Amino acid sequence: MIMILNAILVLVILINLFALGTSRMKALIHAAALQGVLLGLLPPLVVKDVGTLPLLMAVMTILLKGIVIPNMLLKALRDAQVKREVEPLIGFMPSILLGAVATAIALALAGHLAPPHSPLGLLVIPTSISMLCTGFLLLTTRVKAVTQVIGFLLLENGIFVFGLLLLSAIPYLVELGVLLDLFVGIFVISIIIHHINRAFASQDTRRLSSLKG
Amino acid sequence: MDVLALIMVCPVAAALAALIPSNRWRPWILPAAAVVHLTLVAVILLGGGVTAKVPGAPTTGSISVATTMAALPHTGASSAAKAATHDSRGLGLSDWLGLDPPGRVVLLLASVLFVACSFYTVGYLRDHMDHLNRLFCVCFLAFLGAMTLVICTNNLGLMWVAMEATTLSSAPLIYFKHTKNSIEATWKYLLLCSVGIALALLGSFFVAYAAIVHGLTPSLRIADLLRQAPAMDKRWLEAGFVLLLVGYGTKMGLAPMHSWLPDAHGESPSPVSAMFSGALISTAFLMVVRSQHILHVAGDGAYASRLLILLGLLSMAFAAVFMVGQKDLKRMLAYSSVEHMGILALGLGIGGIALLGAMLHVLTNGFTKGSLFLSVGNIDRAYGSKTIPEVRGAVRRLPLSGMVFLLGFLAITGSPPFGPFISELIILYGTFMAGHFLIAAAFLALLLIIFIGMGRTVLTATQGSVPVAGRRSHFRDGILSGVPVLACFLIVLLLGLYIPPPVWGLLHHAAHYLEVKP
Repeated sequence: MIMILNAILVLVILINLFALGTSRMKALIHAAALQGVLLGLLPPLVVKDVGTLPLLMAVMTILLKGIVIPNMLLKALRDAQVKREVEPLIGFMPSILLGAVATAIALALAGHLAPPHSPLGLLVIPTSISMLCTGFLLLTTRVKAVTQVIGFLLLENGIFVFGLLLLSAIPYLVELGVLLDLFVGIFVISIIIHHINRAFASQDTRRLSSLKG
Repeated sequence: MDVLALIMVCPVAAALAALIPSNRWRPWILPAAAVVHLTLVAVILLGGGVTAKVPGAPTTGSISVATTMAALPHTGASSAAKAATHDSRGLGLSDWLGLDPPGRVVLLLASVLFVACSFYTVGYLRDHMDHLNRLFCVCFLAFLGAMTLVICTNNLGLMWVAMEATTLSSAPLIYFKHTKNSIEATWKYLLLCSVGIALALLGSFFVAYAAIVHGLTPSLRIADLLRQAPAMDKRWLEAGFVLLLVGYGTKMGLAPMHSWLPDAHGESPSPVSAMFSGALISTAFLMVVRSQHILHVAGDGAYASRLLILLGLLSMAFAAVFMVGQKDLKRMLAYSSVEHMGILALGLGIGGIALLGAMLHVLTNGFTKGSLFLSVGNIDRAYGSKTIPEVRGAVRRLPLSGMVFLLGFLAITGSPPFGPFISELIILYGTFMAGHFLIAAAFLALLLIIFIGMGRTVLTATQGSVPVAGRRSHFRDGILSGVPVLACFLIVLLLGLYIPPPVWGLLHHAAHYLEVKP
């Protein structure tokens, strides 16, 4: 079990680095979707007795993070006719490097962060931290609205991975509530993106700067 | 079960609002739901033994503050701690729902303020009949429902879910006017608050994980966390608290995470601004209070206090800088909210009697902000503008709203005989009592700067003669626009002159519950 879990987590980290390096927004959304599907596989791997609830969680996660949300974002992209991220505040190569350094530091500290007898192995917390950093980098250094939303999505994914450690403590009602909030949140955000597009004829969030002082 | 009924009021009313076809009559569902909500809140607060005799509860608030403050350590409220900790370990409702004493204070504020805002909204929407108001009514009710759930649940995870729901349900409210500025405000609000709140979720997980590290059974229920807190891992607990403070602090508008707040408060319709500034950010403060409580019980209160005091003073300083010379009345009030959230964080950080002051300040600040935002809403409607060169002579143009705005300014800056004077005095007293003389001096200096900065803007707006452009619209203070403003203001005045014993009881219970380790 732990082998499969670790393999998936490594894949997830690689997707993070890819997300930091690509300028094509379609590829970015596909990467986020793939990450969502991989995350959906995790809950049944982690719990000891696979009942209906972990399976339901897995199905809901794959459905929302892997299919529904990416499709909403792809639609927002089509409406706006944007294909590429332009002029990020931190370039694509430096972004990858920053992400890699953050991941390396998190991995180096893995032994300190997890309790020694952790049944889930040592990779969960570093992966989570790596995803949080990736999400923040995308949120703060990219200017297109859709890219920022993907940053938010990766940030939430990072929290989801940390949540694996607490699967017994977090009631499924809360897990589902978090997923639902994420779904509705991105739904509302994509509507607002649509309106930004219509009002400003652009998705560039740097134009949203008339309210000051 | 009353709590369950209370939570169900808003979804049911929202569904009804979605079904009513008439744009003209639909808004009346808001006051109807508000009155039912308030009735249930009254039943819960009075029935829950909260009015329980607080020995030495004063009959005259402003005069006997000193006696009350002296009496605080002796006022017994031991039932309060028990009331919040349900022992049942089943999967029943008590596993999810439960009102802690600080929650009762915020619940009272949110419910009363919503009654005032709902009547005001009926008049406001009547002036905007060209906009379809179905989405607005549904979202406003869902917003109140989500806030009620944050207050009434005892599970850190569900609190988070409900808190994010307040963000999502209130975003369409900010966007009601469909202007470029309101899009910008909505975008910033959605993204900043969602990201901030995401950190709070991570913080909640860290706090639960702090139990696993030391081999305890993890849980997100507040009662379990409080019981296990002393045995939890301190580092994870502290990291969790920082994330909770940053996360819910973003929603509360603490500097330097406040940048969404002036935009959202400034651009949304005035009744929405009033609910934001009165109730929503107080609910976020409640979450900070609950996080601090866990750390306090874990024996790590000093760590939390330092952070809270730092962020509190920083927020006041930020507000002071941006309030001086502020031309936009609503943005000025928004920065005043940042300031007052800073005061609340400061009171919570100092603890002791200042904590009682902070609890009272939740109420006094909330109602004052309600009256101020609603009266500015009327000024905005009369002048067609909310910025300074256009708005002049408001007292002449709108005798009631202009006067309440002027007096509300005096109240919010801490002048007697209004409510915030009492609460700020108690916080200041607590700061001196705790020996933090430098902090008290900084607190007073910042209050003075804010008084001067705000005074210049408010006096320019209210005094002088009305410009020609301001006379054009036919808007006058009416029943729906005037009475809610007056009602909020009278509550502020009442809280300054005489705090009813049941309210004192609520505040004492809350402060006592947060101070005593179970």
